[in-house]
Amino acid sequence: MKAAPFDYVVPDSVEAALDHLARGAGDAIVLAGGQTLMPLLALRMATPSVVVDINRIPALSGISRADGGVRVGAVTRQATILTDPTVAAHAPTLAQAVRNVGHHQTRNRGTVGGSTSLGEPAAELPATALALEAMIEARSVRGVRQIAAGDFYTGPYSTVLEPDELVTAIHYPDLPPGTVTLVHEVARRPGDFALTGFVGAFTLDAGVFTRVRIAWLAMGPTPLRSPKAEAALVGQTLGQVDLAEIGRLAASETDPMDDGHASADYRRTAGARVFRRAVSQALEAR
Amino acid sequence: MSDHKIRLTVDGGPVSKTVEARKTLGDFLREDCGRTGVHLGCEHGVCGACTVIVDGKAVRSCLMLAVQADGTEVTTAQGLAAKDGTLHPVQQAMADEHALQCGFCTPGVVMTMAALTADGARPTEADLKAAMSGHLCRCTGYQGIMRAARKLAGVNQ
Repeated sequence: MKAAPFDYVVPDSVEAALDHLARGAGDAIVLAGGQTLMPLLALRMATPSVVVDINRIPALSGISRADGGVRVGAVTRQATILTDPTVAAHAPTLAQAVRNVGHHQTRNRGTVGGSTSLGEPAAELPATALALEAMIEARSVRGVRQIAAGDFYTGPYSTVLEPDELVTAIHYPDLPPGTVTLVHEVARRPGDFALTGFVGAFTLDAGVFTRVRIAWLAMGPTPLRSPKAEAALVGQTLGQVDLAEIGRLAASETDPMDDGHASADYRRTAGARVFRRAVSQALEAR
Repeated sequence: MSDHKIRLTVDGGPVSKTVEARKTLGDFLREDCGRTGVHLGCEHGVCGACTVIVDGKAVRSCLMLAVQADGTEVTTAQGLAAKDGTLHPVQQAMADEHALQCGFCTPGVVMTMAALTADGARPTEADLKAAMSGHLCRCTGYQGIMRAARKLAGVNQ
């Protein structure tokens, strides 16, 4: 359980980090919070020649209001999200999600950009990025680009990021007034990988759903939206809509797999049920 | 392959060493600093036994490279008690509540509780319980650990 040897560099600017990644030619790996990379190194599932530590680049940390939303620097610690007033006021869904990410001890190191860009299908932050229609800012020596979360994930631990690109920030647009959000998951113990779960954003105007976003975690090779269920809810009236049916429809749009933790059938059935229960509780309590 | 010179504070004392890039903070503390009170269980971030405090935060020392600790202040379970041997309040609570059996997970548990109660902070029982989810005790002695946590949270029992 010891990592294979590697070279270590600790750039103090984004530009220097990008130079290292460009020179690394796909064999350099970014170390952010390390809460996933360190186990991968210890298990020798990752054997990079160069580890580029981005923890000492001040420009990559911090939370600010920007462009009608909240901009979170990639190296912002997950623990910071839980106490940040800007997040609490303008992106509370992010804090709801982070409460389910790992444990106290891993959130003190783990970063928002790291978990979001890793693309673990059962992780909370990728599904949150999808539900909130976040924009992911990626930089390389070739320039900067903004990638919609919906276009970002291509498979388990796979994204559209090029080997020389670095996620530098994530932008979470403000939700319309009257939006209730929730993050709900089923896990055997707190901090375990979710067996099923979802992030939902429900906008209501005078009791009528006007905008709905549903993103599942642990229900496919990537986090997945449920476009049919979202469309089916819009225009319906709270109190008259059959949320159990919507839950079943939403879960039927996913692509879960059988593994040692749960069967695909379990994930769909449990997903539909917790959807109905959690959404009705959250909307009644609003 | 690269070696790095690092300077940090370990349990209040200055340390200056050269480390291989791949060495974890946990291995560094045990092998290079004599802190065998840092217990490495799973070595990949699952068990929590290796938890230490880095710049005031409880972190898993197997999930951090030693070189990343350059310039930081690290506290291990061996740095908690007073010089005269008086136990830290967390250690005393653990002893009072018989909150350890084999003792392997104990240093990690103690460091998380110490971080959460530092500087007179009074975490709620729920906070402590949530934080304890990051520790596995294979003796399953969780009730004793939670009694110690409740004592630290000031909950009457």
